[in-house]
Amino acid sequence: MSAAAATTPLLAVRGVRAAYGKIEALKGVDIEINRGEIVALIGANGAGKSTLMMTIFGRPRARAGTIEFDGDDITGVPTHEIARLRIAQSPEGRRIFPRMSVAENLQMGADATECSEAEREAGLERVFALFPRLKERIAQRGGTLSGGEQQMLAIGRALMSRPRLLMLDEPSLGLAPLIARQIFDAIRTLNRQDGLTVLIVEQNANHALKLAHRGYVMVNGLITLAGTGAELLQRPEIRAAYLEGGRRG
Amino acid sequence: MSATSARPSPAAQPSGSAFILKKALISALVALVLFSLMIGIRTEAGPQGGLIYWTRFGDLAALVGTVFGGSIIVELLRQWWGPVDKDSIVPKPVQSAISFAGRWLAPALLMFALLVPVIFYNQRYILDLSILVLTYVMLGWGLNVVVGLAGLLDLGYVAFYAVGAYSYALLATNFGLSFWVCLPLAGILAAFWGVLLGFPVLRLRGDYLAIVTLAFGEIIRLVIINWQSLTGGPNGVSGIPRPTMFGIPLTPGDDGLAARLGIEFSPTHRLVFLFYLILAMALLTNWVTIRLRRLPIGRAWEALREDEVACRALGINTTTTKLTAFATGAMFGGFAGAFFATRQGFISPESFTFQESALVLAIVVLGGMGSQLGVALAALAMIGGFELFRGFDQYRMLVFGIAMVLLMIWRPRGLIGHRAPTVFLERNQAISSDLVKEGHG
Repeated sequence: MSAAAATTPLLAVRGVRAAYGKIEALKGVDIEINRGEIVALIGANGAGKSTLMMTIFGRPRARAGTIEFDGDDITGVPTHEIARLRIAQSPEGRRIFPRMSVAENLQMGADATECSEAEREAGLERVFALFPRLKERIAQRGGTLSGGEQQMLAIGRALMSRPRLLMLDEPSLGLAPLIARQIFDAIRTLNRQDGLTVLIVEQNANHALKLAHRGYVMVNGLITLAGTGAELLQRPEIRAAYLEGGRRG
Repeated sequence: MSATSARPSPAAQPSGSAFILKKALISALVALVLFSLMIGIRTEAGPQGGLIYWTRFGDLAALVGTVFGGSIIVELLRQWWGPVDKDSIVPKPVQSAISFAGRWLAPALLMFALLVPVIFYNQRYILDLSILVLTYVMLGWGLNVVVGLAGLLDLGYVAFYAVGAYSYALLATNFGLSFWVCLPLAGILAAFWGVLLGFPVLRLRGDYLAIVTLAFGEIIRLVIINWQSLTGGPNGVSGIPRPTMFGIPLTPGDDGLAARLGIEFSPTHRLVFLFYLILAMALLTNWVTIRLRRLPIGRAWEALREDEVACRALGINTTTTKLTAFATGAMFGGFAGAFFATRQGFISPESFTFQESALVLAIVVLGGMGSQLGVALAALAMIGGFELFRGFDQYRMLVFGIAMVLLMIWRPRGLIGHRAPTVFLERNQAISSDLVKEGHG
């Protein structure tokens, strides 16, 4: 890695605007993710968190602004080629393939990026080490798994492409607190042991900010606050809006 | 029984005789309203041209009574042998016998298919019927790629069948090209039309896709009817050359196969040749599909059927995935069409109506979407069944309608709903997905 590459962020989103028809969901968003970081993006329902994640992936396209990955402009790159740059996404609501087996689901993650047999094996080993439950369920259909197992499968599937940046959309959605903690622990392990860079979109602000190195708060398509996870957790407005005002903000 | 008591459904569902009676009464009432005018009153043009009518309340009462009794029987049957709890009622030895039979069914069927011309050499009717069945097996396998694997509901599959048939017919009659040259050309042309259909429907799914493909099938048929100068319009194309065995004609002449082999000529030779030809083509379709399923493109088709959004998130190019599915399915349809043309020697637009599309789709759905063996069995049952019930004439469709409804009630995923996985990572894991109920967590 050159000296320049070490200083530029892995992902830089600058002034990005995106819209669904006439409804503008992102109104000029700037975020940066450095190598080896966990960055949390928190905000209420409809703030544009998921849209930002999908815009990074090229769907919907950014109407203005630039998205740079590892110094290269990827704003206009087609979605399937963005995945080939080894940006992986675990979409909201898990979206595993219900009639396909766990093994096939994992293989689907590896299919998008050309990888050797050895790399595939290593990827599988990593996923099974992280989520031993998936190994037990390997021949089962995805639809027969419990919600937590499906989330593990969705993350495992994303990991199979050996990502340089992993984007997770609401990994704790609809999970029991204990299972959610397991998922967050796995993300922390991936970051510490493999140095994986992670962008995590969450409504569960408490968990996400404790996990993340840095965080961004999004309101109505704009980033309103940024700081380290610990800083944000101390901010009174965050506490009021996302932590103490009920289950979710 | 512990197996059934573990499930909440029998206890939760009302099953008392009052419930059954109530259900039967409602069915009878609906039947009464429906049939009161259709059966109860008969109208006809009188001798002076005026309308005369008379009542048939006896028939009406009989029909409503039948519905009442029938719905009681159906409800009893359903409770005794429910769709979900079936495996708990079938005893263990029977289950293992079924799974044993299941493993050997496909090879046994294949052996039987190979031997059909030997066993039924003198029965022209059976040979003809087998060729027809195999044609539909091939069409079913072709459509299975589009509908069963990629999950793209295609109601206009017959269009590609027609493109294949007319490609061969026109190339052979106008340019004198042989069947073996035209066969790949017919496949390529059909695949081309498949891609052409694919482009406008890339963003469509489900019902919308079905409507557009339905229209596409009709457009092709109407173009064939109206483009008189090229296709002969409603008169069709006749005098299509019969296939040769790699250049050796199957005719009684001196250069025919029989004369060269020094055996007596018989028209059955051609039939047997056609039988093995369509069998080989169908098996090729099957082989290619099975191979493709294990490749990334085949997995991408299945993933596309399951969840298009997830596919995009995984970086699958959904455009090429859909287009290749359409093209592959269309190509097999085109091959089958070329075979159809050479077998018949005459084709006309009448052979390519929507009914054919519906029949092939029914074969795929009844067989179990994505299951190769299921599709073959369904083709055998549907086409063979049609012939079997030919004697019943007007009741034939009724019997088929009832059979289809019953099958969909008891086996909603088709004859063979089980989907064999294509990726095996660990051999020691024996938990079959069949043994685990699907959760919706």
